[in-house]
Amino acid sequence: MTHSTSTSATSSAGSAPYVPEVGKCDDQDFAAAGPGRRRSPLRRVRDWLSAVVFTVPALVLFGMLVLVPMGYAIYVSFFNWGGFGSPSDSVGLNNYTRLFKDPVFLGDLGRGALLIGFSILVQLPFALAMAVLLNQKLRGRAVYRMLFFAPYILSEVITGVLFSMIFAPGEGLADKVLDKLGLGGLGGDWFAGQHSVLPTLFIVMTWKYFGFHMMLYLAGLQGIPAELQEAARIDGAGTWQRFWHITLPLLAPTLRISAFLSVVYSIQLFDLVWVITTGGPDHASETMAISMVQYGFKRYQMGYASALSVVMFLISLVFALAYQRFVLRRDTEGAITTMRGKR
Amino acid sequence: MRPFGTTSNFSRRGFLAASAATGLGAAGLSACGSSDDSGSGKKTIEWWNITTTQPAKKLWAQRAKEFEAAHPDVKIKVVTLENEAYKSKMTAQIASGKLPDIFHTWGGGVLKQQLDAGLVEDLTDRVSSWTGNYVPASMAAYKFDDKLYAVPFDIGAVGFWYNKALFKKAGITAPPTTWSGYLDAIRALKKAGVTPIALAGKEKWPGMYYWAYLSMRVAGLDAMQKASDDADFTGDDFVKAGQHLKDLVALQPFQKGFLGGAYSDPNGEAALMGNGKAAMELMGQWAPIVEADSGKGIGKDLGFFSFPAVEGGKGALTEVFGGGGGHALRKGAPQEALDFLKFFAEKEFAEKLIKQTGLIPVSKDTADALTDPNLTAVSEMLNKSTGFQLYLDQAYAPAVGQEINDSVAALIAGSKSPEQVTRSVTQVAKSEKS
Repeated sequence: MTHSTSTSATSSAGSAPYVPEVGKCDDQDFAAAGPGRRRSPLRRVRDWLSAVVFTVPALVLFGMLVLVPMGYAIYVSFFNWGGFGSPSDSVGLNNYTRLFKDPVFLGDLGRGALLIGFSILVQLPFALAMAVLLNQKLRGRAVYRMLFFAPYILSEVITGVLFSMIFAPGEGLADKVLDKLGLGGLGGDWFAGQHSVLPTLFIVMTWKYFGFHMMLYLAGLQGIPAELQEAARIDGAGTWQRFWHITLPLLAPTLRISAFLSVVYSIQLFDLVWVITTGGPDHASETMAISMVQYGFKRYQMGYASALSVVMFLISLVFALAYQRFVLRRDTEGAITTMRGKR
Repeated sequence: MRPFGTTSNFSRRGFLAASAATGLGAAGLSACGSSDDSGSGKKTIEWWNITTTQPAKKLWAQRAKEFEAAHPDVKIKVVTLENEAYKSKMTAQIASGKLPDIFHTWGGGVLKQQLDAGLVEDLTDRVSSWTGNYVPASMAAYKFDDKLYAVPFDIGAVGFWYNKALFKKAGITAPPTTWSGYLDAIRALKKAGVTPIALAGKEKWPGMYYWAYLSMRVAGLDAMQKASDDADFTGDDFVKAGQHLKDLVALQPFQKGFLGGAYSDPNGEAALMGNGKAAMELMGQWAPIVEADSGKGIGKDLGFFSFPAVEGGKGALTEVFGGGGGHALRKGAPQEALDFLKFFAEKEFAEKLIKQTGLIPVSKDTADALTDPNLTAVSEMLNKSTGFQLYLDQAYAPAVGQEINDSVAALIAGSKSPEQVTRSVTQVAKSEKS
C-alpha cells in the first residue's frame, strides 16, 4: 500500500541511502514491534529500492496497456458515443441504468449463471472421473490422456466450425448417427432452437475443456503419496472411502483452481459462441461479451458497449477477489511475497 | 426511398441540424480536403471507397494509377474501408465538416444529411453531358429537388429467386403477383413436399428483407420516408406488415433449423437453393453467384420474380427495394476530382467492371456488356421500376438498421409480436435522433 510514496521517494533519491519518510515509518514500526526482530533501516531501503527497480518497467507497461485503456473505457461509458472522433455527448449514468433495464443484458447474466452452474456441476465432476480413471494402471492410458487433451489444443474457431457442421439440423453427423441408431427423435434443432442451443453449446464446451481440467487433476493426483492410499487400504478402507477421504481432500487445491478457471472462462465466453451462433437464435445463446461486440461494433454505440464492458469487468473482479479471499486463501498462504515476510 | 424526382426532407440526427446551424458546414469548407502537396507540387485527391473485394479492388486501384499517368500533376490517395467502419467514420466526418474529395455514397438519408450540412457538390449540370443515358432507378437515390449529387457506378435490387422445376412440381404455373397468391404458392409447395423458402436466420438481414418489402407494399414509400423522418414506426401499416410476415411464418415455409441457418455456408440459404433443396429465396442480385459458389447452382431452372403486391396496400408491384453505389464530391472539390469521376465512368472501364465484377449497368450505353440472364432479369426490373427504396441499413443509422434486423429476427422466431417490433424500432430510432 505504500508503493506510491516509496516509488516517488526512491526514484527521486536515486542512490541516496536514506529516505526520510520510509525511515520515519520504520521508527514507528520499530517501536511497536520491539527491538531485536527488525532489520536495519538501511537494509530495508535497499529492499525497497530493488523492488522498485524491478517492478517499475513492468508497472509502466501494465499501466499503458491495461490501466489506461481500462480507464478510457470507464470514461467513455459515461458518453453517448459512436466510436469516431472524441466523445462529447455526456449522458451521466444513463448507459448504466439502461443496461439494467435491457432484457438482452439481463438475459446474458442469467445465461452466464446457467453456464457456470453447468460447468461446476457437470463438466468438472466428469473431468475428475476421467482423471481418476486414467490414474489407474490401464493399458494405453497415455493414448487416452492425449486423446482427451487434444480438443483443448484446437482453436475455438475450428471447434466452432466443426461442431456447426456436426450439429447441422437434419444434415449433420449428429442427426445422421441418431437416425441410424433409430433415435432420430432425439435429434433436431441443436444450435437452431431457442431452447436447445445452450445445452448443445454446453456439450461443445465440455468436449473442448474437460481434457484440460482432467490434466490438472492428473497432475494433482500424482502429488498424492501412494503411501497414504496404501495405508488406508491396509486399514480396510474401500475404493469409495479412499476416494472420498483421501483423494478428494488432497486434491482440493487443484479443484479450487480449476473451478476458478472454469468460472472465469464462462463469464468471458465469446469465440465459440460467436463462430457458431453469433448469440442467436433471438439472443438465446448471447453472452455478455457477445452483447458488448454487438452494441459496440454492429450498432456503433461505443458508450453503451463500454458500460457493458465495465460491468463485465466488475463482475469478474469481484468474483476473483472474493474467490481469492474466501476460497483460495489457504492455498496461496505463503505463496504471496511480502516485503516484511508477513502481511 | 422515394418516387423518382420528388423531394425528400430527411434529417434524422440532431447533431446535423446543430452542425448546420452553427455554420460548421460552412466552416468545414475552408478546413477540409484536397490540399496541394506543397513539397512535390502535386495535387492530392482523396478517394474513399468501400470496395474491399477482389478483383474489383485491384481494378479500382489500377484505374487510379491510370488517371495519375494521364495527369502527372495529380496524386490520387485511395482509402478503402470496410462497410460499417466507413459508415461510422463518415458520420464523424460530417460532424466535423471534413469530407474527402471523392467519397462512396449509397444515397438516400445519409447523403441528404451531408447535403443539408452544405458538404456536397451539386453535380447536376457538371455531369449531364455524360450521364444522359443513365437508368433513372440508378440515380434515384442521389437526386434531391431534381438535382443530382452523386454519379452511380452500380445498382442492384432484391427479389425472389426461385427454382422453376420445383414450382412446376407443385403445380404453380406462373410466379405469384399478390400476397394471397404467394401464400397459396407456399401451401402448394409444402403439399408437394418441397421446402418453400430457404432463410439464413442466423444472419438476420435476409429476414429483414421480408419485413422491408411488406412495409413498402402495405405502407408505401412515402410512409416509410415519413416514419424515418419522425422516428416513428408505430403506424398501423407497419404493424400490418409485421402481421403479414407472421402469417407467412405460421405456414412454416422455411427449412429445418432455419433459425441457426447461415447464408453462404455449405448448409446455408444459398447452398439450399443452389442444390435444389428449397424453392425460393428473397435475395439481391448477387444470389445466383453465391448459390453456385456454396452449392452446385441450378442453372436454367433459376428464375426471378418481384416481391408480390399486398391487396389493399399503398405500394405497387413495380416499386423496388435495393441499392447500389455512387461517388459524390465534397463541396469545393477540385476540378480534377470531377475529371476522375468521368474517367472512372468511361465506357471501356465500366464494361470491364460489368464483365469482371458482376455489376449491373447503370447506363444504357453499357447495357450490352451484361450477358448474364439472371442479372439481366434484375436489370429489367430496375429499368421498369416506378419507385425505389434504399436498403434500410444504408438508409438508417447503424443502430436503427440493427434493431430492425434484431426485432424482425425475433418476430420470425416467434418471440416478438408485430406491435413489439414497431415499438422497439421506434424506441431506438428516437434515441438515435435525440
